[in-house]
Amino acid sequence: MATTTLPGAVRAPRAAARTRRRVAGLVAAVVLLVVALLLGLAVGARPVALGDVVRVVASLLPGGAVPGDVAPADVAAVLDLRLPRTAAALVAGAGLGVAGAVVQAVTRNPLADPGILGVTAGSAFAVSIAVGFAGVTAASGWIWFSFVGAALAAVTVSLVGGAGRSGGSPARLTLSGIALGAVLSGITSSIVLADPRRFDAVRAWEVGSLADRGWGPVATVAPFVVAGIVLALLVSRPLDAVALGDDHASSVGVSVPLVRVAALVVVTLLAGGATAVVGPIAFLGLMVAHAARGVVGASQPWTIGLSALLGPVLLLLADVLGRVAAPPGELSAGLVTAAIGAPVLIVVARRLTGGAR
Amino acid sequence: MTGLVPRRDDPAVDGRRDPRLGVRRPGLGRLRPRGRRAVATAAVALVAVVVAVLALGLGDYPLSPPEVLRALLGGDGPASTIVLQWRLPRVLAALLFGAALGASGAVFQSLTRNPLGSPDVIGFSTGAYTGAILVIVSGAASTIGTALGALAGGLATALVVYLLAWRRGVHGLRLIIVGIAVTALLHSVNSWLLLRAQAEVALSASFWGAGSLALVGWPQLLPAAALLAVLAVLVAGLARPLRQLELGDDAARAHGLRAEGTRLALVLVGVALTAVVTASTGPIIFVALAAPQLARRVVRSAGVPLLGAALVGGLLLLVADVVAQHVTTTPVPVGLVTLVIGGAYLISLLVAESRRTR
Repeated sequence: MATTTLPGAVRAPRAAARTRRRVAGLVAAVVLLVVALLLGLAVGARPVALGDVVRVVASLLPGGAVPGDVAPADVAAVLDLRLPRTAAALVAGAGLGVAGAVVQAVTRNPLADPGILGVTAGSAFAVSIAVGFAGVTAASGWIWFSFVGAALAAVTVSLVGGAGRSGGSPARLTLSGIALGAVLSGITSSIVLADPRRFDAVRAWEVGSLADRGWGPVATVAPFVVAGIVLALLVSRPLDAVALGDDHASSVGVSVPLVRVAALVVVTLLAGGATAVVGPIAFLGLMVAHAARGVVGASQPWTIGLSALLGPVLLLLADVLGRVAAPPGELSAGLVTAAIGAPVLIVVARRLTGGAR
Repeated sequence: MTGLVPRRDDPAVDGRRDPRLGVRRPGLGRLRPRGRRAVATAAVALVAVVVAVLALGLGDYPLSPPEVLRALLGGDGPASTIVLQWRLPRVLAALLFGAALGASGAVFQSLTRNPLGSPDVIGFSTGAYTGAILVIVSGAASTIGTALGALAGGLATALVVYLLAWRRGVHGLRLIIVGIAVTALLHSVNSWLLLRAQAEVALSASFWGAGSLALVGWPQLLPAAALLAVLAVLVAGLARPLRQLELGDDAARAHGLRAEGTRLALVLVGVALTAVVTASTGPIIFVALAAPQLARRVVRSAGVPLLGAALVGGLLLLVADVVAQHVTTTPVPVGLVTLVIGGAYLISLLVAESRRTR
């Protein structure tokens, strides 16, 4: 690294500038998140003025009362419909964003994403089994299936795609994930289509939609996502070392297998948890991790922190876009993230494979 | 096993000679390669006919194979109505459309010299579907119109994917990842178009998300079959130039072939085959990927066999449609079945390759 040869006097201002940039990025992300949250509460088939949204939400604070001059239907739209939906986007977006950052770091693969690698498809598959054959009807029951499905899919795809081994190329890991995801989502769709009535509860969920989300799934999943993010931050420094290569990591005293297992747990908790709330959503982690790294540079703690903020921003905006894209219907947030994220995948793939072969 | 990234010494890439052909094998292997290939191809065709007869007997009103044959040969009564009017169009559609997809896959896998270079992986099928939806939504839905829309959509997608994947040449895996990304994008666009259209006209097209043969009857099948027959003649005419292109542009030119013109014609015909099918059924994924490679193994040929790919494609789609109709309690779109089969096949390709490179 060039900076190590510079005298300390020159290096210090640079480091300070970098830190300023990172803090500025973090602050900007918080502002964006607040804007996205407000939009998520205000936009929809029944638009509510932003000022009314703020007053209605503020009434939830202790001692607050619902303002009398806001139409009751507006209050109901904000509090009963959009607030749980927005909370779902917050939890799932943070989970998928951080999962994307971690999975890219541990596989050293800039094309990685829990959706593209088939992890969320594994979750969805397990949940459809739970609902279709085990008779589970509540999120508190199917979340465990979701975790198991995510973990099994993650292990399978890394075995098939040769993650972390010298033989595996990023493109091949990606391809393995897409193939696995295709198989699993095909079976999931078949199970759901074969018995539509039983799947009424999860039909919107299967296509990665935030619609009709009660508080149940969000409340069930939120603790697991928080735990996953905390664990991700704990292993973020060792992940930095692993990102430079297994040999480098071992030489600075990092146990590579241990970091891998920790990353697997993180991805399982976050991607499995997020899928249990919103269904299989692809490309979100890919975009968020690249955006975060673009702002803060090569530092896992900062990337993970920023991803936790940018993930919900993106998912909320995708959801808002889906609500206004094709009235009176709704385009699911998963389809919107795919439309926005696909060009990112193309750009990264082009950058990654420079020459003709 | 063909690598996903072609190598110079790979027989699938360099179709001139296959070392395995010199090895004497028991049974079929004792025949001369050409004779053996003919026997294997005929065997696939025979299996397809047998499965078709069995499939014609399956349903709420089960019929035995002799009853099916009697109905086909001009018998009277309810069995004849059931077989000829209800079940035959669907079985024929599965065979014909599968054959078209298999041939299209063979053309593209030969052109790209990559087993993954098939129209469904690179996104042409989804793009053709976009074109078909646009025509249907604009209210000009006839079989020919929809097929033309699908053709335009498929060609436009082909162009965009190649341009995006181009960077000092086309890198095999980059082409595929760009194709997959474009597929994901177009899938969103298609859902959006269908969602908007549903507000205005009730569309049978919304059923097509995963590709289904459920809506194919004689009125839909006959025009599509006529188009496919024309394309089949064109493909047969281009089969020889395709072999020569496989040897490389220089060798092809030495044989007096205009390489660029031939390639363009092949791309047009290949996309057209996929487009006609997609216009009738919606996107059916992975038949074009798997059929040519399975055919290559069955026929034990060095390159991708066109006729073999078409026959295996027909058989594959027919089997997938039988599974789609009769295995689950409620029928599912055949596209989901091919998605599962093809995805599993893709995984096995990757596993085999990782074993080889280890």
